Amino acid sequence: MITLIRRPNPAKFWTYATPIVAVIATMIAGGLLFALLGKPPIEAIRVIFWDPLFGANAGYFRGQLLVKAGPLILIASGLAVGFRAGIWNIGAEGQYIMGALASAWLALHVYPAESHWLFPAMIVLGALGGLLWAMIPALLKVWFGTSEILVSLMLVYVAENLLAYMAFGPLKNPEGYGFPGSRNLQSYPSAHNTDLIAGTGLHWGVVTAFIAVIATYILMHRHIMGFRIRVAGEAPRAARFAGVIPARLVVFCLGLAGAFAGLAGMFEVSGPSGQITDSFNVGYGFTAIIVAFLGRLHPIGILLAGLLMALTYIGGDMAQLTLGLPSAAIQVFQGMLLFFLLGFDVLTNFRIRLGRKAVA
Amino acid sequence: MTIGGIDIIGLTAMLMGASTPVLLAATGELVAEKSGVLNLGVEGMMIMGAVAGFAAAVATGNPVLGFVAGALAGALMALLFAFLTQIFLSNQVATGLALTLFGLGLSALIGKGYEGVRPPPTAKLDFGPLADIPVIGPILFSHDWIVYLSLLLVAVVWFVLRYTRAGLILRAVGESHDAAHALGYRVVAVRFAALGFGGALAGLGGAYLSLVRVPQWTEGMTAGAGWIALAIVVFASWRPWRVLLGAYMFGGITALQLQLQAAGYAIPVHILSMAPYVITIIVLVILSALHRHGVQAAPASLGKSFHASS
Repeated sequence: MITLIRRPNPAKFWTYATPIVAVIATMIAGGLLFALLGKPPIEAIRVIFWDPLFGANAGYFRGQLLVKAGPLILIASGLAVGFRAGIWNIGAEGQYIMGALASAWLALHVYPAESHWLFPAMIVLGALGGLLWAMIPALLKVWFGTSEILVSLMLVYVAENLLAYMAFGPLKNPEGYGFPGSRNLQSYPSAHNTDLIAGTGLHWGVVTAFIAVIATYILMHRHIMGFRIRVAGEAPRAARFAGVIPARLVVFCLGLAGAFAGLAGMFEVSGPSGQITDSFNVGYGFTAIIVAFLGRLHPIGILLAGLLMALTYIGGDMAQLTLGLPSAAIQVFQGMLLFFLLGFDVLTNFRIRLGRKAVA
Repeated sequence: MTIGGIDIIGLTAMLMGASTPVLLAATGELVAEKSGVLNLGVEGMMIMGAVAGFAAAVATGNPVLGFVAGALAGALMALLFAFLTQIFLSNQVATGLALTLFGLGLSALIGKGYEGVRPPPTAKLDFGPLADIPVIGPILFSHDWIVYLSLLLVAVVWFVLRYTRAGLILRAVGESHDAAHALGYRVVAVRFAALGFGGALAGLGGAYLSLVRVPQWTEGMTAGAGWIALAIVVFASWRPWRVLLGAYMFGGITALQLQLQAAGYAIPVHILSMAPYVITIIVLVILSALHRHGVQAAPASLGKSFHASS
């Protein structure tokens, strides 16, 4: 018989060790999955985790790493702040779309402007688009007590439909020969979010993601607001007695996460993607949830987790090309990672004892 | 009978079919939540049910086996969730999300070879002369057996929760797991059973989607139906008959939206497709506004981990 005994405090060692154990367990389980699909497991793992960094053509793939990690880290940093407070914004995908739509709308509205102010204005509008979209669940939660989980998630589907409407309607490229999708912002110099150092994948969105990591670190560990957020998440009653106003926390956390997700959408549409199309969003908003948990809701952890998750995306693409591994296999892989992480987390909070249960 | 180009009888008949996947999933989730567990993985269980049911029905040529496989797949997913949240005491919200993300990925992987395949048809039940009664005939007696099964399940869940000892224990576990544990009930076992039942129903709903409603397999075909089922449980204040009402209202909106598209109204398709989600939000807001100062309808232990500490 196995019994669990609650630890008085979470174990320091396991707090850091569980993500690593979870990654190793996922590699093993993933290898089994690949073997089931008839692919050589060890080679597949090598292609996914090793080749993009150190294999042939690694130079190209390292750049892609930042392109994929940027939005993941940016979105996850915002989400983690809310998760710490027990505020579950799972609609980052929608906020990401709205940020992209708002900024692309501005750029296309003034097309073909040549101004140094356009790009900063797009950044503002992107953040605002995501923030306002996140204000819907926030204010409904504050005013009526409506579940922010369900509302933010429903709004993802609304945003997806709005995106498709825009791509086929108002934002459609007038010179696009009837194809859906907007003008390509990559060939629109004042709106293009270009690589700061050519070929590295380092664009303004990646810079913003690093700034977000530092900013949320300061917020959570050096600022009274971060303290309030953590207290509210770990001991809601104590937080109330300490004068924390839950409504303000809800608005703050959802607003921050929404703005970050909107920014990620803005940098994506003006950079790597370039275009508003109905398939513009690729699930960064959902993968960022995994990144936030894998990073233990800690800014530095999220930075590392974002890079790792980006690696699985790129490695997955590579494995698709070289081994014919279906792209969905990577999605399964990412889902398994979250499962293992949540499962192994029991070691952080509980001591495991083998043997008979003690009589109470 | 048509109003504004919309056939009202056809709409009402369509509504029952359109509601069935969500009704099944919401009824299952109601039972799980009544036992005190919030499983946000409904979407993941539904889509696994959809793909497993489809694959089994195509392989065997028998839609009934497809529904069985769908329910089994949903139940297996739910047991995975139960294992993590009840034995390993993981966070229920995060684990539910993981279940959804995992289910969406795994179903896409399994479903690769099934795109564009047609499943064996599910016949409508033959009610003989009953089906020829004007108005009532096409509305009530023109469906397949799953539609009637879903109604029966609502009634059974209502009866069991309200009038049987098993239902009482389930509710006790959901209201106060510590008190139920002290009385000698096996909290974890009850929750495993409730979650498994909920998963089976979600899987069945998913299979109905891929085998009857659409009927084909496409990646991500549940399109938020699982989340809407979760919203309906809240809307219903955790009462079975209100789940039925909520699901049929939602089905009505979906059917109306499809009919408006077909009737050629000058509203863009994408704007119409938003309607079910927007209306779900509006209904949730109205409900929470009404309950703001009223009694808390949710089971008191909902979402809390149970650990018998001594």
